[in-house]
Amino acid sequence: MKEMATREAYGNALVELGEKNKDIVVLDADLSKSTKTAGFGERYPDRFFNIGIAEADLVGTAAGLAAAGKIPFASTFAIFATGRAYDQVRNSVCYPRLNVKLAATHAGITVGEDGATHQALEDIALMRAIPNMTVVVPADGIEAKQAIEVAAEYDGPMYIRLGRSKVPVLNEDSYKFELGKGVVLKEGNDVTIIATGIMVGEALKAAKELKADGVDAEVINIHTIKPLDKELLISSATKTKAVVTAEEHNVMGGLGSAVSEVLSQNQATPMEMVGVNDTFGESGTPQSLLEKYGLTADVISDKVRKVIKKK
Amino acid sequence: MKYENSENLTQMTEAAKSIRRHIVNMVTDAKSGHPGGSLSAVEIMTALYFQTMDVDVDNPQKELRDRFVLSKGHATPVLYGTLAEKGYFPKEELTTFRKINTLLQGHPDMKEIPGVDMSSGSLGQGLSVANGMALAQKLDNTGKRVYTLLGDGEVQEGQIWEAAMTAAHYKLGNLVAFLDFNGLQIDGDINNVMSPSPLKEKWEAFNWHVQEIDGHCFEEIFDAIEKANKITEKPSIIIAKTVKGKGISFMENNAGWHGSAPSEEQRQQALKELE
Repeated sequence: MKEMATREAYGNALVELGEKNKDIVVLDADLSKSTKTAGFGERYPDRFFNIGIAEADLVGTAAGLAAAGKIPFASTFAIFATGRAYDQVRNSVCYPRLNVKLAATHAGITVGEDGATHQALEDIALMRAIPNMTVVVPADGIEAKQAIEVAAEYDGPMYIRLGRSKVPVLNEDSYKFELGKGVVLKEGNDVTIIATGIMVGEALKAAKELKADGVDAEVINIHTIKPLDKELLISSATKTKAVVTAEEHNVMGGLGSAVSEVLSQNQATPMEMVGVNDTFGESGTPQSLLEKYGLTADVISDKVRKVIKKK
Repeated sequence: MKYENSENLTQMTEAAKSIRRHIVNMVTDAKSGHPGGSLSAVEIMTALYFQTMDVDVDNPQKELRDRFVLSKGHATPVLYGTLAEKGYFPKEELTTFRKINTLLQGHPDMKEIPGVDMSSGSLGQGLSVANGMALAQKLDNTGKRVYTLLGDGEVQEGQIWEAAMTAAHYKLGNLVAFLDFNGLQIDGDINNVMSPSPLKEKWEAFNWHVQEIDGHCFEEIFDAIEKANKITEKPSIIIAKTVKGKGISFMENNAGWHGSAPSEEQRQQALKELE
C-alpha cells in the first residue's frame, strides 16, 4: 500500500498553491524542514517568513498579515501551535475571525520518541472550543492536499491537524474533499465506526475483522471535526443504533466528545470511544505507542463488540 | 516643522480636550473602563488620527490606508473617543460603551467598530499583529504605514520582545510604535512591580530606532513621527513620557485610576477641569 505523511502532502500543496495564488504567505517557527514549509520558502522566499522559535509571535504576525489581506499558513508542531500560542489563536485570530490557517504537524502520539511534551493529545479539544475556528483532521496524503487547497479558498480561521509519520493512502486520486462533510467509506447496519485522522485506516481494518465475525460495520471518516456533519452522524446512528469513535487524541474533548454532543441531543445512541484515556504519552516508536495506548483496529473491534451489547 | 501657535496646534489642542471629555463621560456612564491609561495617550492618538495617518473616515476599510493597532487594548476610551471625534461613528454611540448590545465593546472589536483595524485586549499581542500588517504593506509596496500603541507595563509580556526581534529582522521601516510610558500599572509603580528599565537601551539593543519625547507635547510628537518616518531600514519606537490620568487633577499619577470609574460628582469636577 502506498504511504505518505500528511505533512508531506501539506508541503507539496503549498508549493502548488503558491504559484496559483500570490496572496498566500507561509510562516514557520524554525521547523520548516519538519513541517515541510521549506519547499515553499525556497520557491517563494519573499512570501516566506521564518519567525524563529517564537510561536506566539508566529500566530500574531499571521493575524496581521491576514488583516491586511494575505492568506497566511502558519506552521509549527501541533503542541506549540495550539498550546503555546493558545491565547494568540483565540484572541488575535478567532475573535476577529481572521483568515489564518494554522497548519500543525507532528500531532498526536505518533510523533513518537520525543515523548509526552511533544505529543499533542488535546489540540482538537482546544481548537474546537474556540468560536469561529474550523477544525480539519485529514486521514491521508490525498485528503491533506485537498484540505489545504480548500483552506486556501475558505475565508476564516482553520486548524489543520497533520501528522509526522507516513500513513497509508486510503483515498483515490479522484477523491473530492468537501469541508464539513463526513465520508461513508463502508456502509453497514450493525454499528457505526466514526474515525478521524490516522484512525480511519484502523477503523477500516476493524470493519474487515468484524465482518469475519458476522458484524456489519459502517465506517465514516470525519475529516472535519468542526463544523461536524450532524446530519450524517444522526442518520447513521439512527440506522445502526450503536457508535464507536476512534481518534489519536485524548478521549476527552475530541471527536468522541463532539459526536456524543450531537447524538445525545438528537439521537441518543450507545457509544464507546477509542482514544488516549486521559493520560500523557511517553517515548517509543509510533507503532509501539499506538499499541500500548490502545489505538489499534483490535481495540476498535473490542469496543464494537461491547457497544453492540448495549443496544 | 514648527507647530507652535499654528492654527493646526490650536485644533489639536481642542480635539485633545474634547477626547478627554469623551473619556471621562464614557467611563462614568459605563461605570467601568480604563481612564488613566487612556488620558495618558490622548495627545499621541490625536496626533495620529488628526495629523499623521492616511485614513478615510468615509471608507474605513479602504485597502490602501495606514493602519493602527491599539496593543494596550484596555485603552478603548481614548481610541473610541478619538474615532468618534474624527467622525467614524456618531458621538452619541459613546454613551453605550461597555453596555449590553453595544457596538463599543470593552476592548476593541475590529469586526464591528468602524475605524478599528485590529481586535485586541490580551496584552502583548498587538506588536506581532502590527508586524504582520507592515510585512503585508511591504510585500505589496503600498507605501502605507502601520502605527501601534504599547503600554509600558505591557512590555513585561515576552511576546513583545519576540515581536521586537521580528520587526528588526524584517527591517520594518514602515512600522512606528509608541510606548505610552506613564510609569504606572494596576498594582502600582512599574519599577516596583516589574521594572522594564532601561527601555531605551533595550529597544536599541533589539535594533530599533528609538526616540524619547514628552508624550503630551504635540510638537515633540510630530517631530518624532516625522523622524521615524524617514527611517526606512528599521522599525521605530517613540518612548513617550506621559502622565497617567493626565488632565484630571485627582487622577494624575494615581494607579488607582487604571481601571475604575469616576462618580457623578467626580465626573462634574473632571469636566470642569477640562473646560
